[in-house]
Formats: sequence, C-alpha cells, structure tokens
Amino acid sequence: MKLECKSQPRHPHPSLITQISLHNPEIKLESLKEDIKDFLKTSGWEKKLQNAVYSELNVFPSPCHPAAPPEHMKEPLAYMRKAQGSWEKRILKSLNSMCTELSIPLAQKRPASEQKELLNKWNEMGTDEPDLSLFRPVYAPKDFLEVLMNLRNPNYENGEQLSFRNHLGLIQVPLKVKDIPELKEDFSELDLNVGQLGIDDSAQVPPEFFENEHVRIGQKVLAEQDSAAAQQYVRQGCPTALRADLWALILNISNQPEDILYYEQLKSNVIQHDLLVDSLIYKDVKLTASNDDYYFVFEDYLYQVLLCFSRDTSVLEHFAYSSATPPKSYIRGKLGIEEYAVFYPPNGVIPFHGFSMYVAPLCFLYHEPSKLYQIFREMYVRFFFRLHSISSHPSGIVSLCLLFETLLQTHLPQLFYHLREIGAQPLRISFKWMVRAFSGYLATDQLLLLWDRILGYNSLEILAVLAAAVFAFRAVNLMEVTSLAAAEAVLADLSTLKVMPLLQIFLFATVT
Amino acid sequence: RPGWQQARNEEEWDFLWCDVSWLRENFDHVYLEEHVRICHFRNHYELSRKNYLVKNLKRFRKQLEREAGKLEAARCDFFPKTFELPLEYHLFVEEFRKKPGTTWIMKPVGRSQGKGIFLFRKLKDIFDWKMVSMTVFSIVSLDLQRQVSIFSFVTSSSCTQKDETQIETYVVQRYIENPYLIGGRKFDLRVYILVTSYSPLKAWLYRDGFARFSSMRFTLNSIDDHYVHLTNVAVQKTAPDYDPEKGCKWMIQQLRQYLTARHGTGLVEVLFADMDNIFIKSLQSVQKVIISDKRCFELYGYDILIDRDLKPWLLEVNASPSLAASSQEDYELKCHLLEDTLHVVDMEGRLTGKEKRVGGFDLIWNDGPVSRGGNLGALVNGNFVANTHLGCFNDRKKQLKELFGNLPA
Repeated sequence: MKLECKSQPRHPHPSLITQISLHNPEIKLESLKEDIKDFLKTSGWEKKLQNAVYSELNVFPSPCHPAAPPEHMKEPLAYMRKAQGSWEKRILKSLNSMCTELSIPLAQKRPASEQKELLNKWNEMGTDEPDLSLFRPVYAPKDFLEVLMNLRNPNYENGEQLSFRNHLGLIQVPLKVKDIPELKEDFSELDLNVGQLGIDDSAQVPPEFFENEHVRIGQKVLAEQDSAAAQQYVRQGCPTALRADLWALILNISNQPEDILYYEQLKSNVIQHDLLVDSLIYKDVKLTASNDDYYFVFEDYLYQVLLCFSRDTSVLEHFAYSSATPPKSYIRGKLGIEEYAVFYPPNGVIPFHGFSMYVAPLCFLYHEPSKLYQIFREMYVRFFFRLHSISSHPSGIVSLCLLFETLLQTHLPQLFYHLREIGAQPLRISFKWMVRAFSGYLATDQLLLLWDRILGYNSLEILAVLAAAVFAFRAVNLMEVTSLAAAEAVLADLSTLKVMPLLQIFLFATVT
Repeated sequence: RPGWQQARNEEEWDFLWCDVSWLRENFDHVYLEEHVRICHFRNHYELSRKNYLVKNLKRFRKQLEREAGKLEAARCDFFPKTFELPLEYHLFVEEFRKKPGTTWIMKPVGRSQGKGIFLFRKLKDIFDWKMVSMTVFSIVSLDLQRQVSIFSFVTSSSCTQKDETQIETYVVQRYIENPYLIGGRKFDLRVYILVTSYSPLKAWLYRDGFARFSSMRFTLNSIDDHYVHLTNVAVQKTAPDYDPEKGCKWMIQQLRQYLTARHGTGLVEVLFADMDNIFIKSLQSVQKVIISDKRCFELYGYDILIDRDLKPWLLEVNASPSLAASSQEDYELKCHLLEDTLHVVDMEGRLTGKEKRVGGFDLIWNDGPVSRGGNLGALVNGNFVANTHLGCFNDRKKQLKELFGNLPA
C-alpha cells in the first residue's frame, strides 16, 4: 500500500499512529504491514483516507511535464496569463481609487466598543443599516464580459474573411470545446433511458419505477461514507432529504472540532478588524440576496459566511491551480518593499456584484454556520473561482462561453444569426447566468438539481449546455423579437423552467 | 368567468360573494332560492371568532375524552391555552399565576389584520398598554357573588364621540415562545380550506398556501415590538424596513422542501399529518353548531404556527381571508384559488360528486376520512393514506383539463 499524500493542508491526521499503537500493543514487526492494513479497514480510517485522496484528485490538476514551470499549473497559455494579469491590475486600481476617494483604509482595527457591539449583533448583522451609498461594486459581470470579448491569441492568424463557417460569437479565441456527441458521452447518465431526479420523480410517475430505489441507494452510499460512490450517485440527482449529507461527503467536509475552531478563529478576526471589502460584501448582499423572493430570509447567514471568507488565508492555496494571483497591498509607507506586503483581502478574492449569490442556495441545506462556511469554501475553491478568472481550463468561464456559442451556432444557426443581426448576441444575455452558476435565476429546487450534476461530473460545462438549452426552448419567441431589449425580456424569467428535461432534450432528443 | 354575468344592484342573483356584515344584516330577511350559492354560513363566527372557537374546541375535546378516551382527546391539543375576557378573567389569573414569567398575547375577538394585539408578561402591563392606546379606560369592580373585580375594557370609537363606548371582548392566549425560525425569523402559515357542507361534513384542502415571515429577527426581549411577533402582512407592511418588492412570503412548497432538506421526509410527513388533524378536528368541533344550509359554502384561511419541536399550533381561522395580492406570485395563487373554489361549488353542475380532486383542491373529508387510493374510501396496499397534498406539486391546469374535458372552462 503506497500512500502519497504530500499535500494535505486541510486534512491533518496526526492521531493515526497514536491510535494504532494504542489499539495494538502487540504489534509484531513481521506482520506490521498487514496489521496496519487491517486496522485501517476496521476503524474506518481506510475509508476516510480514500475519501481524502479522492478529494485531492478531484481538485488538483494532473501532473504536467516535469520541465514545466509552476505557472503552467496555474495556466499553460501565456496570453491568458497576461490577460488575467491586466484584468487584476484594473480591479485593484478600481479598489484603490475607491479607497482614496472615500478616505477609508483598506483595513483597520476596530475600537473595543465596536467589537463588543458586533459580537452582540453577530446573528443579526442584516439589521445594520450602514451608509453604503458611496460604495460601488468593484466590477459587474458585464465589465468582465467586455474583457473576455477582447481576448486574442497573438499566435493565431485568422486571415480568412468573416464568413458563416467562422465563429460568429463574441469570444474569439481558439480553444477546444466539446461538441454534442462528446457531451453525450460525458453526460451519459443524463440519457433518456436513465432515471433522473428532476424528471422521473414527478407526480405522474409512480415512485416504484425509480424514485424509491434511488433513495434506497442514496441511503446506502451515505452509510458506506464513500466519496467516489456519492459523486457517481448524484449524477442522477439527490433526494431532498439526503442532499446535504451527500454534498458534504463529496466535498469531504466532516465538521470536525478543529474545523469549528478554525471558523471561530475567523469570526474573531472579523470582530477585531474592519476591512473595506466588508462594505462591498454588505452592499452586494443588500443589492442581490436581500431582494430575492426566497433568499432574503438567509441574509444574516450570508454575512457570517462572506465576512469570514475574506479573512481566510487557507483560500490562498487555490491560487496554485487558478490562473489568478491574489492582489498584494503594502503597509502604509512601505510601498514596494516585499517584507511589508500582505495579500488583500487576506483570502485574495475581491468580491464582485452578485458574489453573495454563490452562498445563498447553500443556506437551504446547511444551518450550522461553520458547516455552511466550509461547504461554501470548498465549492468556491473547486468550482466557482473558475467563473471569474481568465483561463483555458475546460470549466473556465472562457471555455464555457465558447462552448455555449458554439453549441448555439452549430445547432440553432438560424436563431443565432437572427439574434446577431438584431444586435442581441446571445452571450450578452447568457453570460450573467453562467457567471452566477444560475443562482438567482432558476427556482431553488431546480438550481439544486443543477448543482447536483456540477458536483457529480466535477465540471461546470453543464452550465453552458443548460444556457444553450434555454435558448433552444424559447427559440420560437426569440425568432420574433427585433431588439436586444425584447430578447432580454423573453429570457428575463427562468423561474418556471425545469432544468433536467431541458438538458435531456437538448443533448439526447434533438435531431442534429 | 365564462358564461357568467354580473348582476346589477336590484336584480336577482344566483351567486353571491359577500362580506360578513351583509350576511349579518340580510341573511335572515332575504328569500333565497334553492339553487343559489352564497359564500358564508349564517353563523360562521362559531369558527372564526376567537372566543367562540375556543369554546367549541374545549367542548369538543371534553366530548372526545368521554367517548374515546384521553389519548384521542389529546389530539385536540393544538390550540394554546386561551381564556375569554372579561368572562373567564379569574380562570385566566389562576393559570397566569401558576406559571409566572410566561408570555401571553391579548387579542380582540372581533378585529383582524393584527389590530389591537399586544403581548405581556405582567398583569400591570395590561394597564400600561391601555394608557397608551385607548382614550377611555375604567376599572369597574363589581361586587358579584365573590367580590371579584372585573376589568372592563372599554374602547372609544374612531375619533369624535367621547361618550360612546363599547365593551370589547378579548381572548388572552399563552404565547408560543419557541416558534420555528428560519434565518432567525418567525413565520406562520396560511392554508386554505373550503367547506361545502357541514352536515355531512365535506371539506377540501388547497395544495398551495404560503408562509408569512416577520421582517425582523425573533427575540423575546422586545415584546412590544409588533413587527417581530406579528406576522400578518398587514402589520408587516407598516414596518420601517418593509420593502414591498420583498413580499416576505414563501410558497408552502418552498417551505416543505426546506424542512425536508433539514429534517428528512419522515418528520415532515408527520408535521403535515398533524396539520391535517388540526383542520379536521376544528371543523368537527363546530359541525353541530353551524347552521347547515346547502346553499352555503365557505372558504377559510387557517393560520398555523410551527414550533421548534415541529408541532403545529392553530392560531386562528378566518372566514374572509384576505384576497389582496402582495406580489405577482401571490396574485396568481389567489386567482387560481378563487377559480378552483368556483369549480368545486359547481354552479354549472359539471361534477359527478365522486371527485377527490378538483384543480388545486383535494377532498380531505367526506363524512369520513378520504384516502389517496382508487375509489372514495378505498385503501392503498391495505394502509390508509390521506388524500392531502399540502405543499405538493400543483398541476391544477392539467387536472382541470382531465376533469372537464375540453369544455370552455
């Protein structure tokens, strides 16, 4: 048995050896290897280690060429790295200028009275009404789209005339994206003859056909505590009652005492220091989640999660495989001197307009703040970060946009051409859906079914497929519109859509 | 509604949607033909006025205990301890003194939309509140048989007549101090029950309903703060941070999903079964007192509160539930509710009488429990499964089409 767990920042197992020696005082050297193997099996540690390893495999990219420099693990294409770098500079400039304009420091220690007040109010921060009128979000998804539209590969010379055979969308970089046959293979569990939650659990279908058995299997998976099995299982959807535990199993979150302690530590960081970013978070929550018909109830939880999130330095680890780099700030008066550089915000992630919507749907599933926090953090460092950084990764937002446009242009060319002609490039409408992973646009139960599949397939490509499927569904109405505003109106309300039938029809039942 | 005509003032009408004051004034004096339908029962207040409801429930409970034993009677314990004032004042004080420190809520029997309601923990608080909100208040100590002093609550009508006073009846009820909270907020449920006949008892439950959230976080520290404790939308609308766009409402489907995700299907099914029990028992308790009239039907709005042990409590029953809409979703719900009510009342005579479902309404009681299985009263796999679907998927359009074929609605 060979365990290579070199990088295990989040899963320390210090007590393993102590446990072995405690339980087996007569360890014989000859059978040591066998004894350890047996012990691991019986104590359940084997499962835990398997889950931990599986978790790491999901997150870290496969090892690349030994001679490749470390930047390649972040992002292999130089022009992408460059674009991400300039985008980051722009964001930071915007943040700094807001800081100067309002004369608010990026970070300051709270006076003792304020600390006490905040501690008292911790569970109801939503009742605070700070004056946020002068704060603006650092950027909105549409600003980011402008940047992506201008991305070009300098090594790629497309001298041909712009014709129908070329890509007519907004994204003009030559990344490889999948076509429908490849997607059908990847998403084979969504096929017409495979049972799905979201389709085969509807009122008309007797539960004996699929639902009962599926629930039974789900309970078994939970009993076995097997991450890999859970990930396979959720491809067909999670039963509502089991979802919270299944997601925790896949993300390998167990809410140990040390995790709770870590969260409490973050909480005390929030109490002690005030960050400029906090005001941005407040503003975002008030603008988005608080105005949502269903998520307004969870306002307080959102503050508790997001304020702690911005102080969590363990998040910095994900920058090893993200194309982004955390912004640096310098202690006052020491600009440029590396010893006085700190990451700002401490977790390196600057929130943008709509950021809090990543957390809101999770409030439906998790109620202890520390568990909710960990689930969100893990979702962020596995998936969400790719939706607002420039990279060539197949789940990165650039690839998703290109996938969306290609699917639409290939399979609904008439619609695509029509929309383009009236100045309503489809990506302009669907971009915001994908950046938010559809949170706030779909009904909650549908959103959770969609996120089941994100976890199951460990990929965000399904977001692009769903976006295309939505356009396909409303194609008839869209063909009749004559302006961007009218097209937006047709696609303004997605709350009645049923996600799984749309996906199934688009992938498996449309004549291509 | 297709094929219907609105009657003008003095004309004869076949169907009347009236408010309770019209009923009070006219019902006994107007000749009503056999075929007309009217939307209230003559003495609906047996169910909808808080003091009568309490009286009827207490009586029913005693009866059940005599007939079926303590266990069955305990199924009626969904109403928090309530006393009518001034009549039961001494009984109330006895109970009040038994458990010092509990919070009580005082509600006027005749008013709605949260008017006149306040909370208190000490008897003297009653006086304090009176000072603030009422212009005339006198303590009348009556030298009755046992020299008990009775507080007579007098109110003055709206503005001018100082001398015109009416004695107002109140109920005082033990306040539920451990409500179930979501996001730190208290909420109550509004559920719709349609009764088309009391003898025999025939009742329908609408699948949709909503949960109304208080806009402030729940705390027992500020019992003066109406906005925290009263969840009626009418009260919430005047709260300082009320945002009309917000709505403060969840559809019951959403609530059911949330609770299932949090507690699992088993506990949630028990909760909803307990709510079914509340509906049936409350209707049974007034069954014999309500003047039966086959021309009458009534749509009730039940207010239910769930506590932290997932036990539902009945707060009150409204005979004229608000049909004003606070949002687009709300508007649709109420339109569909009304449409389906009219389908069930069936002035067009299209139903056979054997239906267990009409649109969003499920028949829950037809002189006996109604099961989900094939025929009326038949069993499913040998087990009785109630025909209730509160918070479940409401595909009413499809069902209506199946039911009525392709007749014009």
